[in-house]
Amino acid sequence: MTKGRVLLRGVMKSFGAVDVIKGVDLEIAPGELTVFVGPSGCGKSTLLRLVSGLELPTGGSIMIGDRDVTCVHPSERGIAMVFQSYALYPHMSVAENMGFGLKIAGLPKAVIKEKVAKAAEILQLTPLLDRKPRALSGGQRQRVAIGRCIVREPEVFLFDEPLSNLDAALRGQMRVEIARLHAKLGATMIYVTHDQVEAMTLATRIVVLNAGRIEQIGAPIELYRHPANLFVAGFIGSPRMNFMDGIVEAAEADAVHVRLNAATLRLPRHEGDVKPGAKVTVGIRPEHFRVGSAVDAGDDQAVEFDSVIDLVERLGGETLAHLRMPSLSDGVLVVKISGDIPLRIGTGLRVGVRLAQCHLFDADGRAVGASAARVAAVAA
Amino acid sequence: MYDNRVSGYLYIAPFLIGLATFTLFPFLSSFLLSFSDYQLQDPVQQARFLGLGNYIQMASDDTFYGSLGVTFLYVFITVPLKLAFALFIAFVLNFKLRGIGFFRTAYYVPSILGGSVAIAVLWRYVFAGDGLINQVLVWAGGEPLNWLGEPAYALFTIVLLRLWQFGSAMVVFLAGLQNIPTDLYEAATIDGAGKARIFFTITLPLLTPVIFFNFIMQIVQAFQEFNGPYIITGGGPLKSTYLLPLMIYEEAFKYFNVGYAAALSWVLFLIIALFTIIAFASAKYWVFYGNEREDRE
Repeated sequence: MTKGRVLLRGVMKSFGAVDVIKGVDLEIAPGELTVFVGPSGCGKSTLLRLVSGLELPTGGSIMIGDRDVTCVHPSERGIAMVFQSYALYPHMSVAENMGFGLKIAGLPKAVIKEKVAKAAEILQLTPLLDRKPRALSGGQRQRVAIGRCIVREPEVFLFDEPLSNLDAALRGQMRVEIARLHAKLGATMIYVTHDQVEAMTLATRIVVLNAGRIEQIGAPIELYRHPANLFVAGFIGSPRMNFMDGIVEAAEADAVHVRLNAATLRLPRHEGDVKPGAKVTVGIRPEHFRVGSAVDAGDDQAVEFDSVIDLVERLGGETLAHLRMPSLSDGVLVVKISGDIPLRIGTGLRVGVRLAQCHLFDADGRAVGASAARVAAVAA
Repeated sequence: MYDNRVSGYLYIAPFLIGLATFTLFPFLSSFLLSFSDYQLQDPVQQARFLGLGNYIQMASDDTFYGSLGVTFLYVFITVPLKLAFALFIAFVLNFKLRGIGFFRTAYYVPSILGGSVAIAVLWRYVFAGDGLINQVLVWAGGEPLNWLGEPAYALFTIVLLRLWQFGSAMVVFLAGLQNIPTDLYEAATIDGAGKARIFFTITLPLLTPVIFFNFIMQIVQAFQEFNGPYIITGGGPLKSTYLLPLMIYEEAFKYFNVGYAAALSWVLFLIIALFTIIAFASAKYWVFYGNEREDRE
């Protein structure tokens, strides 16, 4: 049974001389909620529009279910789409908006009414059916846009940054509603966003895109723990991972000695190929630093460093401390620690980190063996 | 130091003086004159009060009825045709094509030239017996037509002159079309609507405020058309292009019956006002304003 499966093979898209999508292979299993995430201009919206049929690929093929839909009209692909702007027809009532596609398909009025009523019930829109979109709040409009999709009973739901026009509180609420809807309908959904919180919380799998290519595909926690390269490591996680330049001093079977500014870290590893003298990058997430005493004394898997506090951002429960750690890096490192710890700019702070939670990337930016991260995963 | 209000009035004084001199004074004096037998060659003091005399005379004036009929015919033909034509051109120029900016400019040129006297003179030559149109007709193997001598054709030539000035309506339509978000077209495409369906169920309803605006402007302008019939046809043949503004002009400046002409002007004014009121009253049934908020229940 492949209903709801989406299969992209070597999909390419150029606008004139500009290659926006440079060959994407991707299989989305039925019922998955896949999130396309990436910085502005990475091609995530274009990729979604290629699946919808609003854009046609310049190369490759697209299958939905068992059908090759590469050149099929959007209305015949079995998809429905929620737009960033909602794209509700302003001169039609909520019910007319939701039933418009069914009306065009020539369904009897009674059937349309029934389907619209059912979708309205799921989305708690029943009291609003006779209103025009202009009389609705942002969240209500978004629900109507989703309702318009539901009535079409599509194989695949497409969401193009659907929450970016909402304020922060409403965005959180709608995120939960979409997650609930996915659980309830069990339909395949593709969701485009630049917001990594949305990506992490909603996705069954995340597709990280950069400059028209897929950087990594995986479950949210997998991307967080085992980023395949510097780009993903820097993109997933907030605040972003600290990166430090280093040189391999020695490579043993179970560890790599990396020389940073003034310190040498002995990073555990299980696989991967790095030679002494190679340039590498060490990555440490801000939340993996601990304030001195929090690191168990005598833990040979942990190291401690002295730092000077450069800037303090208090978020309430947590604090982001920008620290100068000359032994590790010339730049400023961001450390996320408990909001209870008193910090003063210009004073010293001793912080520790478990070596198993350090990430190692080779000169090309690829994660080395991903072994260090795997240890971290076990430790966590 | 001037009081703020004084300097304020000083700033708007040029406009107020202009309004009073060139609009308010003629407006009121024409109203008064319409109840008199004022003749252009005589001093105003000699004018006698006629009461409703001019209006009563109008009620039995066959020339007036003829002129009124031609005016209505002209308005009812040109307004829908011009709106449809302007919308069509705007629709075409709204496509994202290479060099579309040039075409948008090029199509606006006729409106800059407009219905000016020069263009009307040009029109007369183009439609003359040995004019360009007939030359093309003959070249194409047809018979030359007496464009300006046959009543039906003569009206056609001045109708065409009005259509030729589609540019300003087109620009407004184009702005209206560009205000319709692309997302709506894409949503409708996914909903399965074809091009024609999208045009009639999405584009047209969302364009109604612009259509309404253009409709009012065109009605008002068409009722006031003067250059075309005056220069091209002189109102003929057989008064087939004798529009009301031309009749008003001739009554006043050819026959010197300023009182009667003033009365005709006021009737024309009331007709235009009536049509405008009807249009506004009907608006709530067909004009859709997308941005106004309804009261929440």
